[in-house]
Amino acid sequence: MSQLPTLLAGAGVFAAEETAEAVVAQSWLYDNAWLVFTLPSASFLLILLFGKRLPFKGAEIGIAAVSTSFILALLTAFTWIGDVQDQIAHGGEGEEHSLVVTDAGLGGTAGEAAESVAVALTAEAEEGGHGGDVRGAPVINEVEWFGIGTDANRAVLGTDANQPNQAPADDGHGGSSFSIPIGTQVDGQSVMLLIVVTTVSLLVHIYSTDYVHGDRRFTHYFAFLSLFTASMLFMVLASSTLQLIVGWELVGVCSFVLIGHWWEEKPNSDAALKAFLTNRVGDIGLLVGITVLYFAADRSFSINTINEMATSGAIERSTLTIAAVCLMAAVMSKSGQFILHTWLPDAMAGPTPVSALIHAATMVVAGVYMIGRLYPVFYEGFGIAGGNINLMAFIGGLTTVGGGALAFVQRDIKKVLAYSTVSQLGYMVLALGVGAYTAGMFHLFTHAFFKACLFLGAGSVSHACHHSFDMKADMGGLRKYMPITFTTFIIGSLALAGIPPLAGFWSKDEILAGAGVWPGTGGNGTFTIPFIFGLITAAMTAAYMTRAIWLTFFGDYRGHAHPHESGPRITIPLIVLAGLAVVVGFLNMPSPFVSAIGLPSSWAHKFEDWVEPEGVASFVGGENGFTHASPSLSLAIVATLLAAGAGASVWLYYKRLYARDPKATEYTAETGSIMTQVGALAVGHKVLEEKYYLDHLYTDVIVGGTKGPVARAAYWTNQNILDRMVDLVGTSSVAVGRFVYKFIDQGAVDGAVNASGSLAEAFGQILRGVQTGQIRQYATLLFGAATVLVAVFIIAV
Amino acid sequence: MFINQFLIFAAVLFCIGVYGVLTRKNGVLVLMSIELILNAVNINLVAFGALHQHVAGQVFALFVIAVAAAEVGVGLAIVLLIYRNRRSINVAEANLLKG
Repeated sequence: MSQLPTLLAGAGVFAAEETAEAVVAQSWLYDNAWLVFTLPSASFLLILLFGKRLPFKGAEIGIAAVSTSFILALLTAFTWIGDVQDQIAHGGEGEEHSLVVTDAGLGGTAGEAAESVAVALTAEAEEGGHGGDVRGAPVINEVEWFGIGTDANRAVLGTDANQPNQAPADDGHGGSSFSIPIGTQVDGQSVMLLIVVTTVSLLVHIYSTDYVHGDRRFTHYFAFLSLFTASMLFMVLASSTLQLIVGWELVGVCSFVLIGHWWEEKPNSDAALKAFLTNRVGDIGLLVGITVLYFAADRSFSINTINEMATSGAIERSTLTIAAVCLMAAVMSKSGQFILHTWLPDAMAGPTPVSALIHAATMVVAGVYMIGRLYPVFYEGFGIAGGNINLMAFIGGLTTVGGGALAFVQRDIKKVLAYSTVSQLGYMVLALGVGAYTAGMFHLFTHAFFKACLFLGAGSVSHACHHSFDMKADMGGLRKYMPITFTTFIIGSLALAGIPPLAGFWSKDEILAGAGVWPGTGGNGTFTIPFIFGLITAAMTAAYMTRAIWLTFFGDYRGHAHPHESGPRITIPLIVLAGLAVVVGFLNMPSPFVSAIGLPSSWAHKFEDWVEPEGVASFVGGENGFTHASPSLSLAIVATLLAAGAGASVWLYYKRLYARDPKATEYTAETGSIMTQVGALAVGHKVLEEKYYLDHLYTDVIVGGTKGPVARAAYWTNQNILDRMVDLVGTSSVAVGRFVYKFIDQGAVDGAVNASGSLAEAFGQILRGVQTGQIRQYATLLFGAATVLVAVFIIAV
Repeated sequence: MFINQFLIFAAVLFCIGVYGVLTRKNGVLVLMSIELILNAVNINLVAFGALHQHVAGQVFALFVIAVAAAEVGVGLAIVLLIYRNRRSINVAEANLLKG
């Protein structure tokens, strides 16, 4: 840690002006949140260095590090929940809170400084006398990462050491200085992601010990699982946008490495490259967006400062819109939104546990997480309040329907799940786009568990079927052979389809209510189009999952392997995740429901209490803040009936098919195909099978179109300009070379070298006579010389 | 304290040693002459130590004796090897260093 710069003394306070009281949430866990990501990164290095020599080839280090992180995350979450509950308990007494940035020094003096600041603020609060029920201030611990400018400059700035996020100030001599902090921001949203990442990562680690058992790069695989976990946690805990970028890129690299884990096969390495390059497109947006925000927020990378300035109107609306649009590009690539989603299904080339961890539960939600982190920027930038459509809601809606439709035509069970992930990510973005922040985050939370469960289930199925993912050729009827996988898969699918009372129902329903279209839901505006998209997706999700379940688990077995249930290291994570898929939805029950079933009212919307970003004081419920939609029973019933109806009709479709031909997987000419009988349907099917021709658009039109003319132009330039120049340079160098060789090299240089050589030889010949080889002669010379020296010494002294 | 006698004695001893080293052809005798030189030095050390009432001279002398013992061990081993290879311990014949 010696490389970390000088610890910041004292505490900086970023408080909105109307801040009333500082609730200084302090805990060892908050201050040492950095341990959560440091442990897995240490484990990455240890596995690389020593993994191969250990009995379990490095898996044990990874599991140990991630379990420790998991325990730390869990403890942090409990502390956080405790603190928030305390604040709620005292909420009625008119307390407000501010953002308190404690320092990372943890020294006695620093702690005292923090307290004194808090006390000062409390005093202010009493004078101000504001009321409200804001709670859950983020706890930020920062140290200086690097700084530019001299210490003297900073001393001139006065408060600079305390407030590293302050703008660089002119020191009056034309110089300026600023420092870039690095730190952790613990608040509801990051704690929620900590739980998701560490839980899924731990289960995936355990699952992988069986799934990739005997793989030639087993150690390497675990090393990168650790690095991924570390990077993701680093990104989640980032307190500055710069740190967010670092984490964002690191998870991208890990994703690249793990997708290409079996790179010997060309499609796998192609998929890895595709994922990486597609993400680069969005990363440009991220860089530009963060840079815009940096300058807009008076040269600050601090997420909190940016959020506060966005909320308070200190940043112009148009600037926020530009930043939000740029950041949206990053979200589109990372979180697989249309039209940059194409890498995500291809990313299924990686090992299945990786798909579950990275491409379903954690990394792909990085974009959604980033929207949540900088929500004021998007909220103000897109003008979500009172609107009826905006870029985010539109992209989310398009993605959720488009992705869901693609899931219908896949043969590969993992691709069904991949498109389903695309669709659900669209759902989250849609939720955030309509201002239903909590609903979006809640969906992220529940989705992580049931989608990880589904992916791991798919992995278990393929483990049993000779590593095939082809539902039509190699599966069918597996429920008889794999009861545990079947049950957990069903639970995951029901949760995904939004069947009450499983997790997906609660979060999906909140999103639909959040659109504010259904009578009595309120919300932030009237987002009719996103709402319709959401309802369509609810029905489609149930339908394509029913199709996947039928093809995999029902009917007759069509493959040639001998399917069997997987071992405990695979089934236990499945059971745990399925259990979570059942229960996590109850974290955010709407209050009418809670009172209807007779539970205490404090059980309602707990997730909302714990996770909402109330650090930005005026954000929630304030003038510029979003409002919560009210839940609607009729909407829930309608959505559930839609999903159930869609699922049931697909079920009947396959049931009828099975009655005609037990081995059939689709209606053909003999069984009477709907697809061939109705022209429009056939066209639609073709479009879906070609994935909306997006891949053609990218490779043939964009890449090909650029490649052809650009390549020809480059070739012409190369032949006629560059080559000419190279030739000219070449011939003239040859001429110069000849001259140099003849006169300078042969004459002057060689002459000098030869002369010095012969001179040395001549001296050598002369001195050679002295070397007789007689030790006694040497000794005589030695003593003689000593005598002469003594004589000189005596005479001189 | 008179120190001259010790110094003169040591000087004589030293000269005998040097003479032996330079003139003797027998390797063992050369080694013995070197011992004379070292002991001449020891006498000087002890004598000056006594003059200055300081123990350092004697300590140094002890060190010299110890090193001399080691030196004789190595020297005799070399002489032995020369004898084995050449069937002679005449140092005049060992002139491999001739340029």
